[in-house]
Amino acid sequence: MVQFSMHNAWLVPLLPALSFIIIAFITKQWKKTSAILSVGSMAISCFIASLAAYGVFSNYTLTEEPMVYSVKWFSMAGLNIDVGVQLDPVSAMMMFMVTLVSTLIFIYSIGYMEGDQGYSVFFSYLSLFGASMLLLIISSNLLQMFVAWELVGLCSYLLIGFYSHKVTAREAAKKAFITCRVADFGLLLGLISLQLIFGTLDIVELSGKISNFEQYTSMGIMTIIAILIFIGPIGKSGQFPLHVWLPDAMEGPTPVSALIHAATMVVAGVYLIARTIFLFAEVPPVMDMVAAIGGFTALFAASIAITQRDMKRILAYSTISQIGYMMLALGLGSLTASMFHLWTHAFFKALMFLGAGSVLYALHHKGDIWKMGGLLRKMPVTGYTFMVGCLAISGVPPFSGFWSKDEILLTAFDSGHYILFTMAALTSFMTAFYMWRLFFLAFTGQAQHEVQVKESPRTMTLPLVVLAFFAAIAGLIGTPWAPIWQNWIFSVHPHHPQANTMIMLGSVVLALAGMYLAYNLYYLDRSKAERMAEKYSFFWALSYNKFYVDELYLWFTHTIVDGGARLFYLFDIYIVDGIIVNGIGSLTKSFGSRLRLVQTGSLQSYALVFFLGVLAVAVIMALTDPSMALGLMGGVE
Amino acid sequence: MKSLPFLTIILLAPAICAIIMAFIPKEQVNPIKWLAATGTFISLAMSAYLYGVYDTAAGGLQFVERVPWIKDLGVSYFLAVDGISLPMLLLTNMIGFSAVFASWNLESRHREFFILLCLLISGVMGTFIAHDIFIFLLFYEVVVIPIYIMVIIWGSSKRVTKEYAGMKLTIYLLVGSAFLLVGIIALFVKSIPILGEPNMSFAALAQAGNQMSAFDQKWLFALMLIGFGSLISMWPFHSWSPDGYAGAPTAVSMIHAGVLKKIGGYGLIKIALFSLPLGAKFWAPYMAALGIAGVAYAAFAALAQKDLKYIVGYSSVSHMGYVMLAIGTVNVIGINGAVANMFAHGVMAALFFSAIGVIYEKTKTRWIPDLGGLARQMPLLAVSFMLAAFASLGLPGLIGFIPEFTIFIAGFKAFGGFAVIAIGGIVITALYALRAGANTLFGPPREEYNNLRDIRGAELVPLAVLGLVLIAGGLLPSLLFDMVNSGVEPLMNQLDNALKIGGLI
Amino acid sequence: MPTPSITLEHYLILGAVLFGIGLFGVLTKKNAIAVLISIELMLCAVNINLLAFNKYITPEAFIGQIFAIFVITVAAAEVGVGLAIIIAIYRNRLNINLEDFDWLKW
Repeated sequence: MVQFSMHNAWLVPLLPALSFIIIAFITKQWKKTSAILSVGSMAISCFIASLAAYGVFSNYTLTEEPMVYSVKWFSMAGLNIDVGVQLDPVSAMMMFMVTLVSTLIFIYSIGYMEGDQGYSVFFSYLSLFGASMLLLIISSNLLQMFVAWELVGLCSYLLIGFYSHKVTAREAAKKAFITCRVADFGLLLGLISLQLIFGTLDIVELSGKISNFEQYTSMGIMTIIAILIFIGPIGKSGQFPLHVWLPDAMEGPTPVSALIHAATMVVAGVYLIARTIFLFAEVPPVMDMVAAIGGFTALFAASIAITQRDMKRILAYSTISQIGYMMLALGLGSLTASMFHLWTHAFFKALMFLGAGSVLYALHHKGDIWKMGGLLRKMPVTGYTFMVGCLAISGVPPFSGFWSKDEILLTAFDSGHYILFTMAALTSFMTAFYMWRLFFLAFTGQAQHEVQVKESPRTMTLPLVVLAFFAAIAGLIGTPWAPIWQNWIFSVHPHHPQANTMIMLGSVVLALAGMYLAYNLYYLDRSKAERMAEKYSFFWALSYNKFYVDELYLWFTHTIVDGGARLFYLFDIYIVDGIIVNGIGSLTKSFGSRLRLVQTGSLQSYALVFFLGVLAVAVIMALTDPSMALGLMGGVE
Repeated sequence: MKSLPFLTIILLAPAICAIIMAFIPKEQVNPIKWLAATGTFISLAMSAYLYGVYDTAAGGLQFVERVPWIKDLGVSYFLAVDGISLPMLLLTNMIGFSAVFASWNLESRHREFFILLCLLISGVMGTFIAHDIFIFLLFYEVVVIPIYIMVIIWGSSKRVTKEYAGMKLTIYLLVGSAFLLVGIIALFVKSIPILGEPNMSFAALAQAGNQMSAFDQKWLFALMLIGFGSLISMWPFHSWSPDGYAGAPTAVSMIHAGVLKKIGGYGLIKIALFSLPLGAKFWAPYMAALGIAGVAYAAFAALAQKDLKYIVGYSSVSHMGYVMLAIGTVNVIGINGAVANMFAHGVMAALFFSAIGVIYEKTKTRWIPDLGGLARQMPLLAVSFMLAAFASLGLPGLIGFIPEFTIFIAGFKAFGGFAVIAIGGIVITALYALRAGANTLFGPPREEYNNLRDIRGAELVPLAVLGLVLIAGGLLPSLLFDMVNSGVEPLMNQLDNALKIGGLI
Repeated sequence: MPTPSITLEHYLILGAVLFGIGLFGVLTKKNAIAVLISIELMLCAVNINLLAFNKYITPEAFIGQIFAIFVITVAAAEVGVGLAIIIAIYRNRLNINLEDFDWLKW
């Protein structure tokens, strides 16, 4: 059974794909059937994926020596692309995590989407997303991965714009796709360069060739390629400066936010770098850049999150910030820590999003946390599971987030990048603060809303409980005392940072401090928070307006891009078309209208011209070839 | 065993149906439509069959039919297909078949319209399967006439009147073909002493052309470049394209953008490039530069449009820029990409125009600010529109991506940093394609369109045929590339040899 | 003193002069009838040339004479058509001044 799953891992993406096709073409009318198909296919995929993952881990397959099955996709003279399945600890872990979280979120959607017009369509999109994401994970070829990469982008577009009659949703979807497209431009350039220089995009082959890249190219080129490839993840994983689409993406239905914009798709960027870590490892400056952008994004997004009012937006910024952590770890060379955080983050962030969804469901989709309050009593399951999520993300032991964050902080500290370490630590404090701010405002205190609130249905709370369970314990497989994780997932050598009690204690203290501050400001006396905001109104406005990055981009597209476009268009109709094309036309026309005046209609002038013409011909002939002229005039000799 | 003359049957099926239609009373609208559908379907089914049984391992010209015609000029009725022309033939028939259904709800003069449409389809097919340059030109001129009539009778006047659009289209193409004609006649005349006899077949001309001096090859190629270039709407000879499409009725836009334009690229590759390798080598950087300029320029111009047809019109100029860039690389990957991209763009442009045609037919407008929220009222229409939009922005998984990818590879290899401008086109393309989709289909539904019916019945045919190909070609690119490569690779090997020898001279 | 014989040149000069007069008439006369007459003069000049060449150069063949007869025949037909046109115009316009016959201009 385990063997079967390992050899047939291609089934994992195929099943959701089939369910997409069946729902789209056959069962669209029958909502329940569609939902069951979608959930069922994902559950079977999850089963296969878990068996395969078990197989990979029990065999101690190395990341450098994955199991690959591939077939030809297309070929021509000088360009052969294979597609296939690559199983190694990283992809096995991702596959298991994605199928598990997806299954839970699919189940959750059954309740959440109840009564929606596009129920079946929603599930078909979800299935399509699942298929694309799993395809991305098992890709053995970077081009195949790029295909899946864009397909998840497509699904993200479709699902963000699911309520497409809303202008905000429509715009958010477009923004997400185009922002990612800008980034994919870089990625595509990187892939093309790789193909041209190394003649392959197969991951295993590439890793072999890149380890002695000097035979093929220079260090400078490699640096450029690495940067180009990194641009892709910057977009997809919402890193600074292309993070702007992710908060807007919250326009989509909440299960989508949980699945795509928290647990799975947005970490695809991290996953891509993890896949190509052999490339990045060759160019330390780019690694530092990855770390720096990750660290900066973590801090930057956290500093925005502390003033936002919309529940899902706070979570979105928190996602950006946490992915920044993963990037930081990757940039410092620790695949282990990065993947570990990816793993725990998937659970607690999905949990919190689903919790937020449950709250929104009860409050009829009003997301302002200042207008909530007191939800813990009315929605106990949602509330307490959410609390588990907050504990996990703040880094309170023994919840999962603590262990993975500790691993990252340790890596940063050991690597000697103290600035990055400080940023990470500061982020950790801010994370605790804004998450508990959210918690206190939404779940405690006086109810600020008018609607009658009741706990969500069983299909929604069950996934919450399961996720809360994972969010609590998922980190225990990677503690310094039992480094199971660290022995599974690593690049080159297993990575065992020595447990540093100082850092461990420090991070707990930071988390508690953040929590306490939030407790102080938002639980004990909320007016204090407002006074703080007024006191630092400049910083508050800066943070609340997201440092005006969106405005800058909007200005850029509307002024520069659209202005340029209009310029080109005017050039086209006035210069190319107006002056050149129609110019030639009217030139011909006016020449004709002049020339026709020669036709006076007077017979005799025609006759004169005719005669002169004959004369001219005769003269020319006589001058150029007298014998011919003579012959013409009747000469016989 | 002598096999059926497949190509002649494919070629004549629509034409014969057109002749039969002429004898049907014009009130009998349904028989006329079904006859048109039958004729194009026969061609479609048979060309799909040929596509299936073509032996890609053997390659070369297959299903050859050759009957000498005018001995003194070496003209023969020479039909055949290879890996380059067969995809084009299939494309023509897919689009032709869809175009018949896209014109299902035509309002006036049905008989004349379908007769002209069928003749047009036959003519276009003829250009792709002819392997004699005389027959090629003959079919090409056959194509121009129905187009003009169809535009000025059934077209629509917006920014420019339909008469202007039809005239511009026709004159532009005729001027282009004048250059072409001079080039081809010169090539033919010069080929006679080399070959020792007049022969108008592509292969003979290529053989002769390869032996001509570099100077001759250069100016002959330049003439053909202008001729075929204006046909493929190479920048800056593109300005007929947006206006022409905007004026033309849906079926003509589909066929014109889908296949007719491709005659330019096809001729440039199959006639000019392979006959005149030294000329091609000389002009290659210029072609690539014009291609890159076209990609960026037209993509930006498309961004400023508010009329749906103009967007697609400029977008097709932009996509043809990729083809020019690819031809300019003069290497096997690039030419593969060029042919595949022509096929891919044909499918997506036709689907795009058919969707726009439906929008225009139902709402009586193509002006984007007047549209919005149609996805609620017409979900299937939205599917077909978005499918075309995503294919056009090169979404992987749809047919447009892999051809673009191969072109990028080839372009990057040949021109390095300059190709980046063209690759950057994917961002702008995404911007205008998604904007058009968003502003037309999404957002709050408008009340005035509440009673519109979604596409159904015959209107679904373009979506079904073209949509299927879009997806199948995207997921299994080898369906297309095995075929194209079997045609391109041997010819490119010959070309490389010719270049080596020519370089020595 | 021998009788000055008439040579080919004399005929050719006569023909040329006659042609010149005819041409002058065609180009300058206002009256359409006069133009027709001038055309006849030119044709006569041609005929003289044909016959002269025939006599002096190829006396054994009749080609020149046959051509001359052709010219006369055609001239007759041409004058017939020409006069018919002139009459038709005259009936419409009561005028056969060529300067007014410019309706085919532009």
